[in-house]
Amino acid sequence: MDAPALLDVRRLGKVFPIRRGFNRRVVGEVRAVDDVTFTIRQGETLGLVGESGCGKTTTARCILRAMAPTRGEILFHAADGRVVDLAPLSRAELRPLRPQIQMIFQDPFGSLNPRMTIFDNVGEPLLVNGLRDRRARIERVAALLELTGLRPEYLHRFPHAFSGGQRQRIGIARALATEPRLVVADEPVSALDVSVQAQVLNLLLELQQRLALTYLFVAHDLSVVRHISDRVAVMYVGQIVELASSVAVFGRPRHPYTAALMRAAPAPDPRAPSGDVALAGEVANPADPPPGCYFHPRCPFATDACRTERPVLREISGGHLVRCHRAEELTLTGADGADERGERR
Amino acid sequence: MTAPVLEVKGLRVHFALDEGVVRAVDGVSFTVEASQVVGIVGESGCGKSVTMKAALQIVEPPGRIVGGEILWRRDGGPAIDLAQLSPKGAAMRAIRGAEIALIPQEPMAAFSPVHTVGDQIVEALRLHERQWRPAGSPLSRGEARAMTVDLFKSVGISMPDQRVDAYPWQLSGGLRQRAMIAMALSCKPRLLIADEPTTAIDVTTQAQILNLLRDLQRRHGTAIVFITHDLGVIAQMARRVVVMYLGRVMEQGPVDRIFHAPAHPYTRALLKSIPSVHSTPRTLLPTITGSIPHPLGRPRGCPFHPRCPDAIPGVCTERVPALRPVSPEQLASCFLHSPDEAEPA
Repeated sequence: MDAPALLDVRRLGKVFPIRRGFNRRVVGEVRAVDDVTFTIRQGETLGLVGESGCGKTTTARCILRAMAPTRGEILFHAADGRVVDLAPLSRAELRPLRPQIQMIFQDPFGSLNPRMTIFDNVGEPLLVNGLRDRRARIERVAALLELTGLRPEYLHRFPHAFSGGQRQRIGIARALATEPRLVVADEPVSALDVSVQAQVLNLLLELQQRLALTYLFVAHDLSVVRHISDRVAVMYVGQIVELASSVAVFGRPRHPYTAALMRAAPAPDPRAPSGDVALAGEVANPADPPPGCYFHPRCPFATDACRTERPVLREISGGHLVRCHRAEELTLTGADGADERGERR
Repeated sequence: MTAPVLEVKGLRVHFALDEGVVRAVDGVSFTVEASQVVGIVGESGCGKSVTMKAALQIVEPPGRIVGGEILWRRDGGPAIDLAQLSPKGAAMRAIRGAEIALIPQEPMAAFSPVHTVGDQIVEALRLHERQWRPAGSPLSRGEARAMTVDLFKSVGISMPDQRVDAYPWQLSGGLRQRAMIAMALSCKPRLLIADEPTTAIDVTTQAQILNLLRDLQRRHGTAIVFITHDLGVIAQMARRVVVMYLGRVMEQGPVDRIFHAPAHPYTRALLKSIPSVHSTPRTLLPTITGSIPHPLGRPRGCPFHPRCPDAIPGVCTERVPALRPVSPEQLASCFLHSPDEAEPA
């Protein structure tokens, strides 16, 4: 029985103009996000993966309305029961909704104001949203710090006194201050040491259980995404090329790019088959993508249709969407090297 | 049985800061055989980069080599202690770049932005002409350029005759790293030090670069020391692994033993804490309690004891364990395996 939807992103698009010359005239455009559609259900974690330039961070920023999308709808199911399209709203109209959608940032060293105490950093969202009583704020911040595994006494200290992992916990405490319904985590563990990553991932999982949170988890590290996500969307040059449950995407990918990503990520096991067959070529240019399927120049299975016709994102089996002309015919290898028969290649 | 190409013995590198002395490398020993790939893995502050910078005598002040030896052997010749050479002296300059080459972490930081990549490689070729071409006539401009184009081809750079005249900032991350590898290999070094060479690039590009390094290593017989925090990369690239923590070697051995039969509690805990195909998704990962101590707050005795589930009170808290064999070709610094083997005070 599926949980109700919390966020419905429909045909989201974000275009950045390329300007040249003294007049700054527009000579082209970068389609950073190109026709992105997905739904996140309450309480689930949607992983958004892709390499640099795929548009995952721009997508996250549009959802947060840190920038306005060029096209599309961002339908958010607010706490009061209304369904609001965030895309066309003005800053004033967004204000009452912002507490419900918060962000955890990638860089634990850049995301906290070094000249503000932990209390000021974590308490700022509370202050901005009307909690003027200082004592009440102190109580709330202390509770948030404890929730994220930190000592409440720390609230008088400054960020520089803490390690990367601790700062990330502080960032998480800050994100939870306004009791958001949706938390966008943008690469929250990639800047952390291996042993600390596990601690922070565990914290995110525990908090999700306790507070019934919904996560949009943006990352490039596949093993981290696999560990934390219920469903995964794979992006390439601004488009979603595959969207399915985490088990399906990792076990039996249906898009050649997804399969290539799985093969490319080196497994922490010397006995795993090494990826001798690496993907050729470079990532397509979002300012000048190839005709037809954006992935065709690098795709070992490309046909004439792939070179001329743009594939659409379509459902090929229950809940599994793929953007590929040949999805039904291809048998691709998953992350653990097993093919569809379950045998290791 | 040929002698090892590089032998690090009891290396100590200290940084004298205002706040105190940071013992970044505190008694590190390992060897690199000819044509072998050795992986050095560890988290922040473990000293892996500083160890190899010491081998090249490029440790930044206030860092200094304060003890130990770095024995370098040329073909059939006697060993030279690199730790004794003056960083700016002729002897070290003849080795650096020509016999031992470095692929640094950030290619953009390593290349000069105001010279073309071709010019920078020709500079390296000219500087070390005597060594890779002792009996020939001086290198002409035409020859130098032709050699550079060939080098670019060998590292898989497309359109090499045009790319030779490109500036580093005109190249993508993957191409820059390939150009860096071309420069490192230009004078046919016996040892290549790769310091986190794929951290800054995408996973599919990383797969290409790792394949390239494996291929070049097979063809030229170059020994490689691969420094990384990524256990997946280590598993795929290294034959021998050195695990470092807080300036000391915790364990070293053949890659299969390190991953499948780790002897040191730190190695075991680290491997268990990384999400992988073997861990169950959306469950809590086993973590290492606590965090890496501040470099100035080194624990007494074994550096890992405060976080070690098997620490022996009175033993691990007082004395530093020495690196001793635990199985053929595998060594560990741990009183659990070698109860009587402590470092001299």
